[in-house]
Amino acid sequence: MSNQTAVAVAQRAPSESKPKEMRATLAETLIALATEDERIVLLDADLMTAHGTCSFRKQFPGRTFNMGVAEANMVSTAAGLSSTGKIPFAMTFACFAARRAFDQFFISANYARRNVKLVGSDPGISALYNGGTHMTFEDLGIMKTVPGLVVFEPSDNVSLRKLMKKSAGHEGCTYMRLHRKSVVDIYADTEEFELGKGKVLVDGDDLTIIALGALMVPEALKAAEMLAQQDGLSVAVIDILTVKPLDAELVLAYAAKTGAVMTCENHQIINGLGSAVADVLAENLPTPMKRIGIADEFGEVGDLAYLMQRFGLTAGHIAAQARELLKRTCKSGKL
Amino acid sequence: MTNDELSPLKKTANHIRILTIDAIAHLGIGHLGGSLSIVDVLTLLYYRHMDVDPLDPTRPDRDRLVLSKGHAGPALYSTLALKGFFPVDWLHTLNQGGTRLPSHCDMNRTPGIDMTTGSLGQGLSAAIGICLGNRIDGRSSKVYAIIGDGETNEGQVWEAAMAASQFKLNHLIAFTDYNKLQIDGFMHEVMGIDDLNVKWVAFGWFVQRVNGHDLEEMDVAINRAKAETSRPSMIILDTKKGKGAFFAENRVESHNMAIDPKAAEQAIAMLREAGI
Ligand SMILES: Cc1ncc(C[n+]2csc(CCOP(=O)(O)OP(=O)(O)O)c2C)c(N)n1
Ligand SMILES: [Mg+2]
Repeated sequence: MSNQTAVAVAQRAPSESKPKEMRATLAETLIALATEDERIVLLDADLMTAHGTCSFRKQFPGRTFNMGVAEANMVSTAAGLSSTGKIPFAMTFACFAARRAFDQFFISANYARRNVKLVGSDPGISALYNGGTHMTFEDLGIMKTVPGLVVFEPSDNVSLRKLMKKSAGHEGCTYMRLHRKSVVDIYADTEEFELGKGKVLVDGDDLTIIALGALMVPEALKAAEMLAQQDGLSVAVIDILTVKPLDAELVLAYAAKTGAVMTCENHQIINGLGSAVADVLAENLPTPMKRIGIADEFGEVGDLAYLMQRFGLTAGHIAAQARELLKRTCKSGKL
Repeated sequence: MTNDELSPLKKTANHIRILTIDAIAHLGIGHLGGSLSIVDVLTLLYYRHMDVDPLDPTRPDRDRLVLSKGHAGPALYSTLALKGFFPVDWLHTLNQGGTRLPSHCDMNRTPGIDMTTGSLGQGLSAAIGICLGNRIDGRSSKVYAIIGDGETNEGQVWEAAMAASQFKLNHLIAFTDYNKLQIDGFMHEVMGIDDLNVKWVAFGWFVQRVNGHDLEEMDVAINRAKAETSRPSMIILDTKKGKGAFFAENRVESHNMAIDPKAAEQAIAMLREAGI
């Protein structure tokens, strides 16, 4: 992207926006979609309480299937439903979606070219007190390798609502990573989204931070501000939203523009967003990079502040790593 | 069981309940219901039946317990602490950053935990593996396992049911915590598992069904299971989720519950009054 080209920066939410639970938006959106389209059905595996979808069941009892604690059965059942023309949204925690039911999702849903919308909630450290067994640092890596699968993670209520609608309309399987807790919205209500397209939140020249999800996008924005204020750096921030297919055009344009790229994800750095970006850059435009994410480690229990520190996901850590990267590249000459 | 034997066990169970409620209340939220429903069976196992040594928690010929419904960790931690596996004051670190007592059982963090669990459906299979290893090495130690009734929805439970029976694992004694509740409601409304007795019998197990809060009834059942020579045992425990905390008993919300400190105090006072 040359400096003359006008950059389309996303419309942001008003600064006084109130936090809202993303699971509330999940349920509202499902109800809206099902009202418009009678093919939409919901499956869950004894986590409807956690997903806040009891309101959906109230409105569409005949189109709601709580399968009990049986994720594998749920996913193949969803595949069967799609064979009768239904559009099933099947949900459980991300750990069980990606690990317990993976073969069912791979074979019954994807290989059989069905139309299953799998949702994995509480990704990464957002599993908090459920701890290591529930902490999914690998679901993106697992899902990315399924041929043709669309893999995305909304970053706020607006992107969740609009991308879920796109997902319902997409012909084929999708995997949505869902943060279900309370977040402050990033986007204005009017912003429109496409699967496979990232959003520029802040334009910049010295460095591009590409972030994913409701935990990391706000941290990336904070880090960019810290770097601007403390170091006089001009840092672009991109909310990538979809990991597969990756918005390669946007990634390459900003790599060319800024000459240094960082990625931030609430996921292992092995085979997550950082790897996806590195794949594109290595083959097209080798660019100095730093990946922020969880190292080659398992999760553990704790509150959010502890876990953010423990796994190196804070804005402070991102900013410190950015300085290291820019020292190495010396592009801006500001460090 | 004589009265002299029964009375201290009852007090121990009360004490374990107090520690469990206190640990979860200290953090403010946790899996209270499913923890409290298994306190009585844990008491009986650790204070009467299992051959374990708190000073040597990894002795190869010990009896072992796989708590397959790993979210009930707090009840097992309270039992192990009281028994001397680690200091009771660890219980206040439950689920805090850096703790050795995570919500779900972790054999690499906590002395006395024999298997890591939390992803439901896996524990009974792990217990089978322990039995098979013991058999290869010529040990006749008992392997106990506790599974949830909701957990029984998982297909893997029934794969394990088949295998344990095929391998004639008479040293395997499993319990189902039949508290009739899973997260989203009563089991018969979500994914019912009746007739549970018939199912396990059909899979070739020695099946007994007792009141899971009656220490004497359970004691008799465990003794009969221990005497079994060719079949794995399933003891179905009729229990109440949240048993012993008036604000949680038989309530669907007790699964992973935010706890009002006043209510916790009151429940603890009632248990203390009953004797510890
Ligand atoms: C494979 C898997 N799926 C889902 C969960 C989430 N989960 C934790 S407890 C639970 C309900 C279990 O019900 P039950 O076994 O009856 O537990 P209890 O009533 O004894 O607490 C669920 C769905 C999990 N831990 N593991
Ligand atoms: Mg239950």
